[in-house]
Amino acid sequence: MMMIPRIAALSLLAFSLLSPQAQAQETGSLVVYNAQHENLAREWAQKFTAETGIRITMRQGADLEMANQILSEGEASPADVFLTENSPGMVLVDKAGLFEPLAKDTLANVPDTFRPSSGNWIGIAARSTVFAYDKTKLTEADLPKSVMDLADPAWNNRWAASAGGADFQAIVGAILALKGEEQTKSWLEAMKEGAKPYRGNSAAMKGVNIGEVEGALIYHYYYFGDQARTGENSGNVALHYFRNEDPGAFVSISGAGTLASSKNKAQAERFVQWITSKAGQAVLREGKSFEYPVGSQEAANPALVPLADLQAPKLDPDKLDSQKVTDMMTDAGLL
Amino acid sequence: MTQAQLSAASLLGDRVGRAPLSLRPQRRGLLSPVVLAAAVVSLISLVPLGFVLWVALDAGWDTVVRLVFRPRVGEFLVNTLLLELLAVPLCIALAVTLAWITERSDLPGIPLWRAVAVAPLAIPAFVHSYGWISAAPSLHGLPGAVLVSVLAYSPFLYLPVAAQLRRLDPGLENAAASLGKTPPAVFALVVLPQLRLAICGGALLVGLHLLAEYGLFAMIRFDTFATAIVDQFQSSYNSPVANLLGGVLVLCCIALLALEALIRGSERYARVGSGAAQIASRHHLGRAMPIALATVILFAALALGVPLITVARWLWSGGWAVWPLEEISAAFGQTLALAFGGGILAALVAAPAAWLSVRAPSRLQRLIEACHFYVGSLPGVVVALALVTITVRIALPLYQTYATLIIAYVLLFLPRAVTALRASLAQAPVELEWAAMALGRPPLQAIWQVTVRLAAPGIAAGIALVALGITNELTATLMLSPNGTRTLATQFWIKTSELDYAAAAPYALMMIVLSLPLSLLLYTRAEKAPTR
Repeated sequence: MMMIPRIAALSLLAFSLLSPQAQAQETGSLVVYNAQHENLAREWAQKFTAETGIRITMRQGADLEMANQILSEGEASPADVFLTENSPGMVLVDKAGLFEPLAKDTLANVPDTFRPSSGNWIGIAARSTVFAYDKTKLTEADLPKSVMDLADPAWNNRWAASAGGADFQAIVGAILALKGEEQTKSWLEAMKEGAKPYRGNSAAMKGVNIGEVEGALIYHYYYFGDQARTGENSGNVALHYFRNEDPGAFVSISGAGTLASSKNKAQAERFVQWITSKAGQAVLREGKSFEYPVGSQEAANPALVPLADLQAPKLDPDKLDSQKVTDMMTDAGLL
Repeated sequence: MTQAQLSAASLLGDRVGRAPLSLRPQRRGLLSPVVLAAAVVSLISLVPLGFVLWVALDAGWDTVVRLVFRPRVGEFLVNTLLLELLAVPLCIALAVTLAWITERSDLPGIPLWRAVAVAPLAIPAFVHSYGWISAAPSLHGLPGAVLVSVLAYSPFLYLPVAAQLRRLDPGLENAAASLGKTPPAVFALVVLPQLRLAICGGALLVGLHLLAEYGLFAMIRFDTFATAIVDQFQSSYNSPVANLLGGVLVLCCIALLALEALIRGSERYARVGSGAAQIASRHHLGRAMPIALATVILFAALALGVPLITVARWLWSGGWAVWPLEEISAAFGQTLALAFGGGILAALVAAPAAWLSVRAPSRLQRLIEACHFYVGSLPGVVVALALVTITVRIALPLYQTYATLIIAYVLLFLPRAVTALRASLAQAPVELEWAAMALGRPPLQAIWQVTVRLAAPGIAAGIALVALGITNELTATLMLSPNGTRTLATQFWIKTSELDYAAAAPYALMMIVLSLPLSLLLYTRAEKAPTR
């Protein structure tokens, strides 16, 4: 007979445990759609909150998932700021006209090679494509000279990639922009035949480490991150940089933008400005992300090959066509 | 995790839940709001199916052909078929073996081995996977998927099979033996056919889990429809490709339900003799003892040892650094709140249908009940896709709210609540309620003070079952939760996706800690369940 009060009390207790989240979405706080690595974004958010008192609520997702989500939400999007790992997600939202242009002094934090000419979003970090290989099996002479060489049947069943990920799709975007549709199509078809699929770059690197494949097309920081932790998944791995402005030397730009539909535009701008400032970029140098800072004032982690030495191809981030890439990969049977 | 309606049914000693004919509806005035409430719940439960149909119609036949009839989808279909054809029979063989050892052999330490056979239930499927990829990093693809899913899902079959084995009347077996059949022949000709219903029910449950599971297969690198849908979702949100794959997955579920109904048939076995049945004697194992012992020990090592030792190993190597207490306790609190909030709501929502099935069975009631059950057989990813699309397009105030997440949970785990409530309501005699009313209580008060109190343990079990499901739910939580939500399952998933296995270990441990008492509650209820 005490059931109703007890159930009511229990339900109240249950929902009161959920309420701190609800409070975080009041004014003076920001909702960030984060497709960057959770650890990195959380470090940014914590330091920003400590400095400004502006609280941040994060939603975690993948680049193109969240970009398309923002498109679906349109004006009603609860997001104030959008952070990605790669630029195609940014371009998608930008083309839909959903970004608020950034202020001049925010843009001035980052050289123009790391942001689009529109000024609607900005680069916050960079990552280089690498061929992570099994150093117990391959010598430098055995390595592919260009990423296009991986289409050679000689490489069949010897290399890996995480086709489902936004990272890899950005790399394909670079191939498409630099080599055109015909070559990209045949490269993807060769990949369907010859590459072993993994889910996630970390998993692909782990596949190299335990000898399942000889190499994997991933980004550089997975290796450095694992080395900094236990090294358990990268002990046999070495990195090969393609250089020579090869599509395989593609440097991908992580982006940030503020949404036109945001009701907290000033705070949103402030967060983006802070990430690209010296304090925000220092997180990249000192933390465990091992991504390259792109801010004008900050050097990279000394463990990394300097960004300037990577001979990356020059590419306008607006030229990476994510929709075309997913369509072509779907047609090739990779998705 | 999803639908466990059948394990729920067997756990809670259902099938006794049908009302005797004498309990015809007595109070029309009270009945119609109940019918109305149950009908509303049924309509809501039809929303995901309506969504899938709408997607197919909206996309148009040409798009359906282009996106569905392509080689990649064929690969998923082949993978799914191979997985079902290998894992389900292996699971049946394993569960029947374990059930025979624990119920019919004289192996020492039976209570321990019974607990061992059920215990994998308390470890979420993706934590099983996590254990295996840490212990054997190169394990992947079909062999890995079959091995891990058989170990993780065998309790769904063991529970009903063991329960059935316990309540069989050994008279039939003795008769067969006295007519000269050898013990193996008796088992094959007399015992196995009587286990058919339990095996069918359990196998259906395992089969549906194989279709719905995402985390387990994503981690062991095996592509199924569920993993493909999530992949598509991650590169294009609620695109036609993801939605149409969802439609194909729903067709697979329906095919499985139909197949089970076909195999199950309409034959029933019942004991009609008077008096109590004899208790079956246990077979003397003799020289087979080491084999039986090796079987149960091997099962314990693979299904419990591997995941638990992995968690312990990562906790050890991670040290204190992997225990950010504030984050972990926040995730624990949110998981607990969602699990019990969802559990209580599911019990409330399931009540009208359960009430009708006990007090007023009818053709309409059967239809309503079927709606309640079908929705639980849908994969979480399909229900989530439907709710994401519907809320973002036409019900924006509900978009990214706890309300929507809880609705998804309630739909996914509705059958668990209905079976639990149905069984416990059936055990509360309506005569007591009448007596209370004859003594002057108004009807609602009489129901509350008599029936609800008597049914309380069953209601609690229903809440526990739903809470257990929610604790380990991953895909719907990832897709539907409000901004900033962190549950144990989603945090575990984010950490393992970055191969930070040490940081994931505390979350795995907390999920096991939370699941353990709930599983224990269910296990002891199953032990106490009426045997005949």
